[in-house]
Amino acid sequence: MKYLAIALPLSALALTASVSAQDEDPQVAHGRQVFEHMCAPCHGQGPGDDGSEMLPGTAALTEKYAGSRPGALELRNDLPAPVLSLFVRRGVGAMSPFRASELSDEDIAAIAAYLAEPD
Amino acid sequence: MDAATFADGLAAMRSAVGDEWVFDLPADLNTYRDFYSVLWGEPEEKVASAAVAPANVEEVQAVVRVANERRIPIYPISTGRNLGYGGSAPVLSGSVVVDLKRMNRVLEVNEDNCSALVEPGVSFFDMYRHLRESGSKLMMSVPDPGWGSLVGNALDSGGGYTVSGYRGHFEAVCGIEAVMADGELLRTGMGALPGSETWQQYRMGIGPCLDGMFRQSTLGVVTKMGFWMFPTPEAWLSGSVSVLRYEDLEELVRIANELEYGNLFNGMPGFGSPVLTRENPIAMTMIPEPEVMNAMVQESGVPAWSFSPNFYGPERVIREQWAYVKSRFEHIPGVQFAETGFVDLPLSPEDMERIHKPRFGIPSLEIFSVGSRGYGNFNPSDGHIWFSAVIPRSGQGIIDANRVMRSECERLGLDLFMFAPAVTCWTRSFVLFAAVPVYKDGRNAHLRDAVREIIRTCAEHGWGEYRCPPAFMDDVMDAYSFGDHKLRRVNEAIKDALDPNGIISAGRYGVWPERYRHMRRTGGEA
Repeated sequence: MKYLAIALPLSALALTASVSAQDEDPQVAHGRQVFEHMCAPCHGQGPGDDGSEMLPGTAALTEKYAGSRPGALELRNDLPAPVLSLFVRRGVGAMSPFRASELSDEDIAAIAAYLAEPD
Repeated sequence: MDAATFADGLAAMRSAVGDEWVFDLPADLNTYRDFYSVLWGEPEEKVASAAVAPANVEEVQAVVRVANERRIPIYPISTGRNLGYGGSAPVLSGSVVVDLKRMNRVLEVNEDNCSALVEPGVSFFDMYRHLRESGSKLMMSVPDPGWGSLVGNALDSGGGYTVSGYRGHFEAVCGIEAVMADGELLRTGMGALPGSETWQQYRMGIGPCLDGMFRQSTLGVVTKMGFWMFPTPEAWLSGSVSVLRYEDLEELVRIANELEYGNLFNGMPGFGSPVLTRENPIAMTMIPEPEVMNAMVQESGVPAWSFSPNFYGPERVIREQWAYVKSRFEHIPGVQFAETGFVDLPLSPEDMERIHKPRFGIPSLEIFSVGSRGYGNFNPSDGHIWFSAVIPRSGQGIIDANRVMRSECERLGLDLFMFAPAVTCWTRSFVLFAAVPVYKDGRNAHLRDAVREIIRTCAEHGWGEYRCPPAFMDDVMDAYSFGDHKLRRVNEAIKDALDPNGIISAGRYGVWPERYRHMRRTGGEA
């Protein structure tokens, strides 16, 4: 499951998370954790601060793709590890590259596995 | 440096930290470039020859000793996310970057002492997660991009939005551990006294206070840093005091200063001009002549100036403070007051969606909406640099800095996508902040010339930058020229004494070791 049902009440969320954690492939679970920590602050879904409609990375990709692809990375299924690595290691636009000390190749592969999960 | 010595040094570093944590392939080194460099892709771009990522203090000491024995220049970074001020690239090309990101342990959070001790790889996101998971009652001060390091940000004099004494991040430092150029370990303050339990309580220790030696420094590799933290308050309140005439600015700032210096409010205040930011809330336009500005106010009904105090504390206390603050401005004709925000803490999920997170010590990356999609038109610049000059904390200071900066940028054809002439991270000064877009398509030569000219112009007015990208460090240090550049000469005498081989961060903030001093302004490669 790519992302947990955000609208659920907290008790149900905890139960869902618990069931999800048991069932989830370890690589996918790791990828979700890394995505939430390293990527979601810019590329997550939901509104930004001060009434902004989207977070900066999601807003930039929404503008870039002009409707041809979703701006939010978690709505994509076409980002295998080599493609992610290209952007993560080289940087793009205002996003600078990420070093191996910050995000290992294994971390990138795990993020790709997480993003490849059905929505 | 000859290739054999460098190869031998790198081999020794591999032995110290492990093969996988030494990087010298082009693809790896590409990740250590300053992505927002104003020298991007040019022969003068400042690039690393290798990078090494130690995991603990002992490995840092080993790396420094290897470098010192072979006179290999090194350049420590914490999380390397200081974008707009240099990122993870060295100042001296050819240096080996010492990447401290793997040293990411929160060593202690002391709830009773309201303090923390952390390693340099701990980011604001890491620390926030640690505080939440441990149920801490403490709030930290965070800068706008939360991926930076507590240690690195403080060392570069970063600032946040929260409470006086905490939001100037170097002001909240209490206790530093650093590996010196000879590989030995120094602890400042009470950390120098074995068995002391007061390292994060009393900053000074005995004798000269050495913490400042490591700010924007070339003198050591900081491996631990203590911080004072703020107990999460019960509530936050924000108000605005708006005045209608050009002439009211001086009085507005004078009273606001007195109130802040008297601790009548404790949060970071804002100073702005609603009428001059109608089109773009983050870029004040040129301040016109008084009669023109007053006419603009009359026609639009939008105030000339605003002061926005922020209060953290128990609700009944901060409401009384706000009432008192208002009373001090009541004599200004036409003054308007508004309560612009109030929240009880901890924040509810609904509050989280409407507040500016860094004002509550919550890290985010939402500042990047400025660069990736600014107000109004889509702004696809390739990054930005910051221009950050300390100006007088007065109404006239705002007016002069605004007019000089705006007219110089217009004359020199320099774009700004953020311009705030009176930022108050530090309680006793204003900082003129301007974000300059950078590009990777050859426009940067003009940008560099223009920024250098503005640095000189500001210096003629007595305004100096407190922080800058590597390409301008020599220019900025040049402006601090009192006593035939005595400040720089003393810094370099200390540098030569403590780091005779000149291995650590050569050229950082214009301080060059004797060995590389000929590279001042011209740059070069080790």
